[in-house]
Amino acid sequence: MSRKLRVHVDPEKCQGHARCKSLAGELFELDEFGNAHEAGDGSVPEGLEDKAWLAKANCPEFAIDVMEE
Amino acid sequence: MSNHAPVTDWVHDFDHTDPRWTENPFPIWDELRVVSPVVHTDRFLGCYLPTTYEAVREIAHDTEHFSSRRVLVRDERPEVTRNAAPPITSDPPDHKPAKQLLLPPFTPDAMKKLEPRVRAICNELIDGFIADGKCDAAARYTKHVPVRTIAHMLGIPEKDGDLFIQWIHQILELGIKDESMLMQAVQEMSAYFAGHIEARKQRPTDDLISTLMRARDKIGQPLDDSHVMGSLRLILIAGIDTTWSAIGASLWHLAQHPADCVRLIAEPTLMPTAIEELLRAYSPVTMAREVVKETVVSGCPVKPGNMVLLSFPAANRDPAMFPDADKVVIDRRENRHAAFGLGIHRCVGSNLARMEMTVAIEEWLKRIPDFRLDPAGRVTWSEGTVRGPRQLPMLFGKA
Repeated sequence: MSRKLRVHVDPEKCQGHARCKSLAGELFELDEFGNAHEAGDGSVPEGLEDKAWLAKANCPEFAIDVMEE
Repeated sequence: MSNHAPVTDWVHDFDHTDPRWTENPFPIWDELRVVSPVVHTDRFLGCYLPTTYEAVREIAHDTEHFSSRRVLVRDERPEVTRNAAPPITSDPPDHKPAKQLLLPPFTPDAMKKLEPRVRAICNELIDGFIADGKCDAAARYTKHVPVRTIAHMLGIPEKDGDLFIQWIHQILELGIKDESMLMQAVQEMSAYFAGHIEARKQRPTDDLISTLMRARDKIGQPLDDSHVMGSLRLILIAGIDTTWSAIGASLWHLAQHPADCVRLIAEPTLMPTAIEELLRAYSPVTMAREVVKETVVSGCPVKPGNMVLLSFPAANRDPAMFPDADKVVIDRRENRHAAFGLGIHRCVGSNLARMEMTVAIEEWLKRIPDFRLDPAGRVTWSEGTVRGPRQLPMLFGKA
């Protein structure tokens, strides 16, 4: 049983590469400038854990945190 | 105009216009990276080259010691002009407002709306040569995709593409060694856009030129004409050679790796991951900074008065960051590549470039699933700031 995950984008670090949106569109949203933030409160629905880790592993600005709750 | 002596000592005398660098820079970067994270040349009035991902990242994030007021490493360093090409030539605090004006038209959602037009352009181009059984893909295909797309976005005639290509060649390639070539192209380009701006003052349109003309700063003032002009020059210069190179290098790779083509055709959902990997392995764009304050990068002292050749392509081949950095792994899982830069100057057109690359390769593979380099022809590469194939002779069908 995997633990519940939560994602967070650091808005100071995000530069709008949009890799997270492409890899895990359910977990991230983009604003009008293309900068990312987590969808809702950042909780990762069951089954999308791999996408959360993938988004983190591909962010060129190291702006994404994945926290285990 | 000066001709450069051939390089014999890459560690102390590198030159990104040397024919060996143009032809195959990867072994040079590998050699330098082992020696030091930062090397220096006295050429170009003094210039550093960071060779590791970490050193490139440090510099890209440090706008206090490294200025973007000069973004090309050239033989001469003439006076900086105001509003050269904002926001790429802007430093904080001017950078952010200039960039925010350009970001909304280039979001992924905006690109989705543009995608059908790009797909149509690709198919029109392929219609023009597919019956020949062969083509120079750089001259007939990869060049025209970004030229026609950018012209469409800006609302300027697609048939003026040859003019754009000539100006860009003069600025990004010949301009490194010949100031007069660069100045002539900038003046011609400015005169060209001045005409289009004037026409829109009479009759506004819904293209990117009118968008910039309508933009207001935070106190409600319109942009200076020089700012509008500078940003238009940037979009044209940065939007064409770069994507031309990225699509071309991708097709050059695929022509020599039919197994990758077979897999991409069988597994279309792999395309976004493959595009990122091709961007990593064949990143076209090398940027520049000017050192404005003494500092230390990855343990190496750097001094004001020097330029920095900010090689995102070299960073993307650093084995400390990317296992099997010299191999194209089209399903690479972890890929924080820096092809579009890092930090505040992340390429404003990155979503456009990705969309054009994806569509251009998808449409090519649909229509021409089997292709290879033509052994009777020669592949040539552009020099200096943007690297990609400028001749790419291909034969269609199975070997």
